[in-house]
Amino acid sequence: MFYRETGQFKTSYQADQAIFPIRQDRIFILIWLLIGFAVIPLVASEYAFRAILIPVTIMGLAALGLNILVGYCGQVSLGTGAFMAVGAYAAYNFMIRVPELNPLFCFVLGGLTATGVGILFGIPSLRIKGFYLAVATLALQFFTDWAFSRIGWFTNYTPSGSIAVQPVEVFGFAFNTPLRKYFLCLTILSIFALVAKNIVRGRIGRAWMATRDMDVAAEIIGIRPMYAKLSAFAVSSFFIGIAGALWAYIYLGSWEPLAFDINVSFSVLFMVIIGGLGSIVGGLMGAAFITLLPLMLNQLPSAMGFEISTALIKHLEIMIFGALIIFFLAVEPLGFARLWQIAKEKLRLWPFPH
Amino acid sequence: MAGDRRIGETILRLDDICLSFGGVNALSNISIDVKEHEILAIIGPNGAGKSSLLNVINGVYHPSSGSVTYKGQTRNQMRPHDAATQGIARTFQNIALFKGMSVLNNIMTGRTLKMKAGFFWQCLHLGKARNEEIEHRKKVEEIIDFLQIQSIRKTPVGRLPYGLQKRVELGRALAAEPEILLLDEPMAGMNIEEKEDMSRFILDVNDEFGTTIVLIEHDMGVVMDLSDRVVVLDYGKKIGDGTPDEVRNNQEVIDAYLGVAH
Ligand SMILES: Nc1ncnc2c1ncn2[C@@H]1O[C@H](COP(=O)(O)OP(=O)(O)OP(=O)(O)O)[C@@H](O)[C@H]1O
Ligand SMILES: [Mg+2]
Repeated sequence: MFYRETGQFKTSYQADQAIFPIRQDRIFILIWLLIGFAVIPLVASEYAFRAILIPVTIMGLAALGLNILVGYCGQVSLGTGAFMAVGAYAAYNFMIRVPELNPLFCFVLGGLTATGVGILFGIPSLRIKGFYLAVATLALQFFTDWAFSRIGWFTNYTPSGSIAVQPVEVFGFAFNTPLRKYFLCLTILSIFALVAKNIVRGRIGRAWMATRDMDVAAEIIGIRPMYAKLSAFAVSSFFIGIAGALWAYIYLGSWEPLAFDINVSFSVLFMVIIGGLGSIVGGLMGAAFITLLPLMLNQLPSAMGFEISTALIKHLEIMIFGALIIFFLAVEPLGFARLWQIAKEKLRLWPFPH
Repeated sequence: MAGDRRIGETILRLDDICLSFGGVNALSNISIDVKEHEILAIIGPNGAGKSSLLNVINGVYHPSSGSVTYKGQTRNQMRPHDAATQGIARTFQNIALFKGMSVLNNIMTGRTLKMKAGFFWQCLHLGKARNEEIEHRKKVEEIIDFLQIQSIRKTPVGRLPYGLQKRVELGRALAAEPEILLLDEPMAGMNIEEKEDMSRFILDVNDEFGTTIVLIEHDMGVVMDLSDRVVVLDYGKKIGDGTPDEVRNNQEVIDAYLGVAH
């Protein structure tokens, strides 16, 4: 009975509406923050930062953004890669064209540009749903793939079409080591996760979920599905745009348009589905899982003395993702987040089975 | 029936409403006055056009002709959102709750129009946003107490039995503090006990808050007990309008219910 709410009576609605009403949850979060900000920096290797921690935090941010749209508002999108690309290229253009600007501010501008594009491409969602909307966002994906490789202005006419950038420097402090990069990404992720959690537990979040669950009924109680959908597109694209800028500047350092192609859209979508639609921690767990699985598949067999060809590993990876996605979509749409919750419920009763 | 409740002037008037789907005339030349504070029941056989009538009142369907006058303002169509803004709330024949949300959150959505805190404060969940959330939560808790659903407030509504879902849906409509409450078969599929509870809630709402109620119901016993006035529809036409007793003795109504050929 480590995890329980008995004995913790909320004496005011204020206490009950606190972000984590159960004390053990608050402790969990504190432990996670402690691990993230203190333990990991002490123990992690350079390789771990580069191959795992930095990509997980950035993709976690993108998954958070997509989850707002798909999980909370119920609007399917296959355009995540496109919004990331918009964020990255917009940040790049602001940086080279207005060099006085603070790079972090350029990231925000990149996010805002993605917001604009998101609202524009959210307009079809007012008329179409599900599969058709997915196709519309796919069109955006192909359009940005094309635009960023063909329109020279976006890449400042670099002959190869690929872009290489210097480490980000803010007020003379350069984010040039893996540890510093990780701190930057983790801080940004933590702030955005808090903001996301705040939004989804308030009026706007309820409007999103109501629109997702039944838009006719939502309209009848005074929620405008149009505002709900467009605001979800806006907030989601902002998160994803920032993630795109970080991915380009912090993780990749140099990139070409292919870095944000349809595969990125799919893997972020998988993170959200596997992690848990409509759950903030779910998206983060999904991001960690999808980043880690290929690495583990690569290392595990050789560590255990097997020899497996890289092609087979690639296929295994695809098969495992496929199986998990079918499992989660069919059996447990709430993903890892729900399994986590069930585990907590079990823990609440432990050591008694019932 | 509440004896001392004063029925007031006409609050909602439907004039000559016509509505058709393809070849089906769902409503033909329907005129009805709804008086302030009354409980008006709409009855009629299946497919008579009862639900369509509610849908016209709160703007889900737009009539092909005729007008709706609500609190002195006449229009020939209304958008659902405007209806909500002006104090018209409703429940549906097939429960229309937000399945993935908790009971509490479902009822909180009913307060949407009264919440004003801007996006910025909501991101921080501080200041205005936080105060507002607490203030509305108090109101919602009153409704939860009133409907006696305290123990399920954190349960996702999709997991609740049918009768409780109907109750939560009433709660969501009440949360808007409406002037007119439209209830589409609030007791369908309930057992006697649940029906009694629901009837009591409806009477209490009408009594305590003076809410005008338009309700569709098939159970004649319930209709006779609850309503001040009954309107009878059959094949999209109004064939009766009067007190429960008048309607009960109306030959046309008896024929419609006994299935006499038209
Ligand atoms: N959206 C719609 N599209 C097509 N036809 C409709 C629609 N809504 C209602 N109708 C038709 O209009 C007529 C009246 O339907 P309505 O649902 O208003 O009846 P009702 O009196 O509520 O019946 P019930 O007691 O079965 O709920 C029916 O013939 C129905 O088939
Ligand atoms: Mg009906």
